[in-house]
Amino acid sequence: MNTTAIVFFLEAAIVSGTPLLFATLGEIITERAGNLNLGVEGMMLMGAVSGFYIGLISQNPGLALLAAMVAGAAGALIYAVLTVSLRANQVVTGLALTIFGGGFSGFMGQRLVGEVAPESIKLAFKPFVVPVLGQIPFVGKIFFQQDFFVYLSYLTAILVGLYLYKTRIGLNLRAVGENPAAADAASISVSLYKYAHILLGGALCGLGGAYLSLVYVPAWQENVTAGRGWIAVALVIFATWNPYKALIGAYLFGGLDIIGFRIQGIGFPVSQYMIDMLPYLVTILVLVVVSLKKSQENSPPKGLGIAYFREER
Amino acid sequence: MNLISMEGITKTFGRVVANKEIRFQVKHGEIHALLGENGAGKSTLVNMLSGIYTPDSGSIFIRGKAVKLTSPRAALHAGIGMIHQHFKLVEVMTAKENILLGQKSSFFIRDEQLTQKIKEFSHRFQLDVDPNKKVYDMSVGEKQTLEILKVLYRGANILILDEPTAVLTPQETQKLFQIMLKMKEEGCAVIFITHKMNEVLAISDRITVLRKGETVKTVNTGETTTQELAELMVGHPVNLAIKREEATPGKVLLEVKDLIVESEERVKALKGVSFSLAAGEILGVAGVAGSGQKELCEAIAGLYPVKSGEVFFKGENLVGLSPRQIITRGISMSFVPEDRLGMGLVASMDMVDNLILKEYQNQKGLLINRKPAAAKSKNIIQKLEISTPGIHHPIKELSGGNIQKVLLGRELDSNPDLLITAYPVRGLDINVSYKIYELINAEKKKGVAVLFIGEDLDVLLELCDRIMVLCGGEITGILAAKQATKEQLGLLMAGEKNGKREDTELA
Repeated sequence: MNTTAIVFFLEAAIVSGTPLLFATLGEIITERAGNLNLGVEGMMLMGAVSGFYIGLISQNPGLALLAAMVAGAAGALIYAVLTVSLRANQVVTGLALTIFGGGFSGFMGQRLVGEVAPESIKLAFKPFVVPVLGQIPFVGKIFFQQDFFVYLSYLTAILVGLYLYKTRIGLNLRAVGENPAAADAASISVSLYKYAHILLGGALCGLGGAYLSLVYVPAWQENVTAGRGWIAVALVIFATWNPYKALIGAYLFGGLDIIGFRIQGIGFPVSQYMIDMLPYLVTILVLVVVSLKKSQENSPPKGLGIAYFREER
Repeated sequence: MNLISMEGITKTFGRVVANKEIRFQVKHGEIHALLGENGAGKSTLVNMLSGIYTPDSGSIFIRGKAVKLTSPRAALHAGIGMIHQHFKLVEVMTAKENILLGQKSSFFIRDEQLTQKIKEFSHRFQLDVDPNKKVYDMSVGEKQTLEILKVLYRGANILILDEPTAVLTPQETQKLFQIMLKMKEEGCAVIFITHKMNEVLAISDRITVLRKGETVKTVNTGETTTQELAELMVGHPVNLAIKREEATPGKVLLEVKDLIVESEERVKALKGVSFSLAAGEILGVAGVAGSGQKELCEAIAGLYPVKSGEVFFKGENLVGLSPRQIITRGISMSFVPEDRLGMGLVASMDMVDNLILKEYQNQKGLLINRKPAAAKSKNIIQKLEISTPGIHHPIKELSGGNIQKVLLGRELDSNPDLLITAYPVRGLDINVSYKIYELINAEKKKGVAVLFIGEDLDVLLELCDRIMVLCGGEITGILAAKQATKEQLGLLMAGEKNGKREDTELA
């Protein structure tokens, strides 16, 4: 393979990793609040179908994105009410949300099958070259000749990182996820923080879904996420709940997702099925490596998965 | 005028009345001790002051004004800061970050400014805290100091300490008392919960005694005695001396040689521990929490992998045997962890099932026969005076003390030759504690070898025949209890091996 091919491959890996990145960032925010939301796949699907549908009837890219975020957040709201207010089991609720999201997108998408994203939206999300940065050899081509959505994902990752590590609210959020009783004693509203960040997380998952239906494909197809939500859940662990590492993880997995075409493209005989297994194999491998390497800093938020009730003894 | 005045406070949890018509008053600049047995309602009462619980009825006045303390935030606003028994600290964060939590300040964290302010505060109150140290790297004493600094930083001038000395060495306790006196000097009021009476008498100005959820009396510390306090707490005269059954040690039952164990992180938790224990002897183990006590118990019981060394019991090496095999050889272990539940019992199961946990293998047939265990449960309830709605009540709904009695009752029930008991009176009131000391003494008399891991040095000195001190996984000394002093033990606990070392190996 020559350099151009590699650059093309990396550029495509970024595109393919973008929906993963949004979903992973969303789940990182959610888990930082101490809630394990396994409904990522469901929320992505809800975002994908809502964004596509609104985009189709309004022809407005802004409205489409908004719809996707609202849909993802709406899914997260169901989860938040059940797990925060009613203290239901987070795993079960998350799984239920995935199934619900699948059904929702299937139902909404019945009439959309075969529809192609409208021209106005395709135009809005067309790749463009960032001045100066786009001119850098290799790097420019890979990172800065992308579409608006991709730039938005860079920005989101950096903002989430700044938010978590540099702001007071981010500090409070981490405390809520680590030790809600400590946060509560420090007069932080645990429920408010959980709700806000579960909803925000859901909105980001919705965006990730919308990228698939509006830009990546860009047409409606049943089950457009194809398991990417689950990879995002694994990526959170890969990234050790760190949004900057999520960037690396998302593009690595994005690359794995598309490597099949490329390898076959150069005439290397390998079964498509083997290649489809790759991201999941790497996920398992990552889980093994992460659990071997025990460190206080890289371990999951201690309050993850546990409902908080102040008067519990 | 009183700083705090609580009038007619009632709080119920389901059918349990935790506080009934409580009257409690605290004056400016005093150290006020809250004394009472387990389940007397001390923690419930202060939790209502700190906004964790809300009272069912009654009123709270602070500086003469009626207040509703509906949340920790509201309590803090009223100047009340609570140091909980289980620290409310985020382990992965630094001292500084923990102090900043929930504070109203700039959107971005201003590091320099904050560090400076914390340093000023620690200087003013003489609290020694490194702002950039992670909490998980801190000792228990440091964590507690940080907790105090945290609430003071938030502007608290009424400090509530819930059993603050339970986890400290004598030296650390002295340091804490210094801090409390400093608070008093600065005009803060300190409310402090404990059941260690010598501490109450040493530091407090006034004492309020609670019993069964009701206020018994408030007394001035200068005008009372240990004996009177104990009677007020229990409601009837009590004998406070722990009787040491005179030792006639028999054969050596347990012999531990160069025991080394490693944690999962490859840190040595025990670094070559050797000692022996004879039948009819109580060997006390003293040490700051986390000095290897837990690993020692678990290694003997077969729950913790042994790296090297031997554990001989009646001449047989136990290393490599399964916990079940070790139990059948007559070794019984009860460990009461800090949270009092984590080990040995299943919280959501009832007493009968918890008893069966340890003996179901001895039953024949496929189905479980609950009848013998039910009979035993009733027996244990009677013998140890456990208060529970019934043998089929989930044990997590019992009070901590009663849970511990269930655990110890079950272990004694198996008639062991070696009883390992760690913190059996952790958080228990005098009445129950003495009951448990009696039980342990009774075992000793029967010729059982007892390994007693304790926290209260006074108790260790009175109850045990010999005391072994652990520090950082090493034995820093084994002293004969009769000759040892608290100061000696304290120094050994802090790791000073030059405390008079006296290896009184019993043959």
